Amino acid sequence: MDNKVAKAYKAALPVSSPIMAGFMAIGLSCGLLTVVNGLPGWYAPLMSVVIYGGSLEFVTIAMLVGPFAPLETAVMALMIQSRHLFYGISMLGRYLGRDWRKAYLIYSLSDETFSINRSVDPPEGVDRTWFMVAVSSLNQVSWVAGTAMGALVGPMIPFDVSGLGFVMTALFTVILVENILKEGRPYFALIGFVSAVVCLAVFGSGSFLIPTLVLMLVLLLLFRKKIERKV
Amino acid sequence: MELVEGLAVIAICGIVTLFTRAFPFMVFKDGDRLRPGISYLGYALPAALFAMLVVYCLKDVDFMDGVYGIPEVVSILFTAALHVKWRNMILSIVGGTAFYICLNYILTLL
Repeated sequence: MDNKVAKAYKAALPVSSPIMAGFMAIGLSCGLLTVVNGLPGWYAPLMSVVIYGGSLEFVTIAMLVGPFAPLETAVMALMIQSRHLFYGISMLGRYLGRDWRKAYLIYSLSDETFSINRSVDPPEGVDRTWFMVAVSSLNQVSWVAGTAMGALVGPMIPFDVSGLGFVMTALFTVILVENILKEGRPYFALIGFVSAVVCLAVFGSGSFLIPTLVLMLVLLLLFRKKIERKV
Repeated sequence: MELVEGLAVIAICGIVTLFTRAFPFMVFKDGDRLRPGISYLGYALPAALFAMLVVYCLKDVDFMDGVYGIPEVVSILFTAALHVKWRNMILSIVGGTAFYICLNYILTLL
């Protein structure tokens, strides 16, 4: 293997390992849920490759069990995945170039991968694009493997692994704290937090994402002058 | 649901997801990220999104009943404290998750 690539994967593995563990655990329950609902087991890894988005895959299982409603499916998917629009805007300066690596990075831009690739810098001497490709692919491979395993052997697992899902909550908490410590100004985080909490309370867990994103965008632009003056 | 319909549902979700991920890269040209508005958002959005993702993880936690989401909130604070103290990502994530699992286990014993 190319030395540059090997170095990138070596650097990415420790960074990705907590996510890989979390993806395996949540993937396991996602695969298990697929077969428990009477769907073909191979749907689980197929969804992980075609969709690759944990929250939507859980909802997709519910939709696959119900009646065929393509339009509702598309609207639901758009509501859940709308947050990715904002990840792309944040990554415009990082996902550069014109080769297949950029295409793969965009396709695999999940919540967790976005958090890492936006906040973790590769060690000295490691190529940034290859590092981001390594993080993205390690994360995705674990998710695909987790869901496939869940569909295959999930019903045989005697203990509950769902507590491991907290890895994701812990990951986002750590990335958030790190961001505030590094940047030294909590205004942006505060805006995101308040928007999400208010919209969750008002709209409920099923439909709070789009209102949150809109409110967040409005507040960020509204306070732009004020925040930039303080910076 | 027929097999073809099932595959169609998965395909629709896949296409919509790819669209939301690729859209910003399709509408903004390489130089656009340097425009003040876009570069401000590229800089301000991540922190807001990370905070939103923490809340997103708690969206199905019941704060009105049961244990009132106390294990989640306490474990998040514990994780944050670990990170402020040691600034070691893996330590904070592993420590916070272990704390959460132990806390839940203790609560089932009560």
